[in-house]
Amino acid sequence: MTNVISTSHVSSDTHLRTLAEKVWDKHLVSKGEDGTPDLIYIDLHLLHEVTSPQAFDGLRLANRMLRRPDLTIATEDHNTPTLAIDKPIVDPTSRTQIETLRRNCAEYGVRLHSLGDIEQGIVHVVGPQLGLTQPGITVVCGDSHTSTHGAFGAMALGIGTSEVEHVMATQTLPLNPFKTMAITVNGALRTGVTAKDIILAVIARIGTGGGAGYVLEYRGEAIRALSMEGRMTVCNMSIEAGARAGMVAPDQTTYDYLKGRAHAPRGADWDAAVAYWQTLATDEGASYDAEVIIDANGLEPFVTWGTNPSQGVSLSGSVPNPADIIDANERSAAERALEYMDLTAGTPMKEIRVDTVFLGSCTNSRVEDLRAAAEIIKGRTKAEGLRMMVVPGSARVRIEAEAEGLDKIFLDFGAEWRFAGCSMCLGMNPDQLEPGERCASTSNRNFEGRQGKGGRTHLVSPLVAAATAIRGTLSSPWDLVQDGDR
Amino acid sequence: MQKFTTVTGIAVPLRRSNVDTDQIIPAVHLKRVTRTGFEDALFAAWRLDPDFVINKKEYQGGRVLIAGADFGIGSSREHAVWALRDYGFDVVLSPRFGDIFRGNSGKQGLLAGQISESDAETLWNLIESDPGVELTVDLVSKTVRVGDLSVNFEIDDYTRWRLLEGLDDIGLTMRDEARINEFEATRESWLPRTLPALSPESLSMR
Ligand code: SF4
Repeated sequence: MTNVISTSHVSSDTHLRTLAEKVWDKHLVSKGEDGTPDLIYIDLHLLHEVTSPQAFDGLRLANRMLRRPDLTIATEDHNTPTLAIDKPIVDPTSRTQIETLRRNCAEYGVRLHSLGDIEQGIVHVVGPQLGLTQPGITVVCGDSHTSTHGAFGAMALGIGTSEVEHVMATQTLPLNPFKTMAITVNGALRTGVTAKDIILAVIARIGTGGGAGYVLEYRGEAIRALSMEGRMTVCNMSIEAGARAGMVAPDQTTYDYLKGRAHAPRGADWDAAVAYWQTLATDEGASYDAEVIIDANGLEPFVTWGTNPSQGVSLSGSVPNPADIIDANERSAAERALEYMDLTAGTPMKEIRVDTVFLGSCTNSRVEDLRAAAEIIKGRTKAEGLRMMVVPGSARVRIEAEAEGLDKIFLDFGAEWRFAGCSMCLGMNPDQLEPGERCASTSNRNFEGRQGKGGRTHLVSPLVAAATAIRGTLSSPWDLVQDGDR
Repeated sequence: MQKFTTVTGIAVPLRRSNVDTDQIIPAVHLKRVTRTGFEDALFAAWRLDPDFVINKKEYQGGRVLIAGADFGIGSSREHAVWALRDYGFDVVLSPRFGDIFRGNSGKQGLLAGQISESDAETLWNLIESDPGVELTVDLVSKTVRVGDLSVNFEIDDYTRWRLLEGLDDIGLTMRDEARINEFEATRESWLPRTLPALSPESLSMR
């Protein structure tokens, strides 16, 4: 990619290390030789119902134990209903999957946050909210958006089911070393521009394969200024650029978020932990294999027009013309995408009318996201005929939001207020788009059929989601100001 | 896992880039709790189109899939690999793979070989002009051969060795168990633990 500056490892001082390298080194059980991978110790293993049953089965078949139940935790999220959670799950296969998780956790002694438990929710919301996700640890989960946890300066990797089984049995993973890429976001975001817009702009710049083989480290003023929630949003979508992981060095914002959480260290342990966390930041002068520089000052609300997350533009832009794309592969991908999305080149993004707004997913379903959206819709009316679904990331988020009265704001506006889970992010449960239905979604994937067969997804920030729900067309809070209503 | 040396079989040209795992197997097919029986779910949405390449008569029984760049990006679902395996594919060739997909492949005996964009184009043209042609994928020499043509593919040495030997990862790692024990003995006591379970009071601390 022409937009990525490749740097060779010029640093002569090999003691200078990046954040990612420090965490890796700290977890090295054995160093690989002759092309064999390193063996890395795993501090925290998160499980959910979709990618674990076959792994538990594998253990059972091979007569193996789960090595460290005390470093393992499970929740139910992908398949769970967001309505009537006290009733048995209607879909028999979903029900079987959930029941299988419950049985497996009971058998192997894994702590499980089941539907109805206050800590139940999307696995990537649950880990941080419990204070389990901490700086400098290694975290894995059979889910690609495990990258979310990198926001704490953890090395967080999405893995497949065979690897899940491997971690269950050995608490380690054989992993090949990675390359490092600095994503430096300078300047300050304008009001109305969010973490989501940063990451959508990064992906549009480097492409869906641009991060392949790399661990991305987000740095620069604009990243430092983000809350933990914002950093999680950014790291969450690292995988959409093909990266192994995304990370942000921990700082006071991180410590403040963690302090007092259920599983965060306390007393003298807290001091010892902070002392370690403070050593994690990339050393001054350490070199990266590649660097990308983004100017936050110039960023605008960003939306996708296509069927992969790199197919995005500023909201003030228009649907691109595939004929202008030089790369033949990208051009044909764009042609296919426009056909699937039923869009015409040159249409201003703001003229695109949507049927549904989905506020949720591990990208943007934390209380801060809900608060930001609620602030915009408060006292305004929803566009006619539009459906808005709000799905908190966890039961705890839902309760916190209700304590602040956010549920009322959403309900008064005419939105649906649901129970926690992945929901329409991937449409495994009944929350799905109809064929042809167009959705502005705060989730992370706009793949064909992701939110339901034939459904059309535009990825947006919570602010854009809220403004769109008011105006009925893709919009940002800036447009509301221009409308002059307030 | 079975040892993998060479495969000879029908090649299927999939002229698409950015084939994400949601396309390889849509989420609605992920509800099963078994590791097999996913063959019908492979490319489920695209297979509704009778002209989709997998549906064509000449490509029935295909064992080698040749796809465009960035195959297997997106979701980590290993079901994508199981679906390809269950359908009968032993090899996928592409100019670039999603990292997680590539890792998953090696563990399930699916060879994910990286070829150049131009070789992909050459192979597509050749197969399309002679649909149903068989080609040979040789993991020992890392080549794909069809007629007089031979092109190279790349695969990391470790995965290649494991495929050639048919080795199970967990067994390999457990040879190192002493080192894992040693490592565990040095871990700081303040690192997070999920057990023992916390009381409801401590959970509501915030
Ligand atoms: S919310 Fe969506 S992206 Fe996140 S874990 Fe659930 S399904 Fe995956």
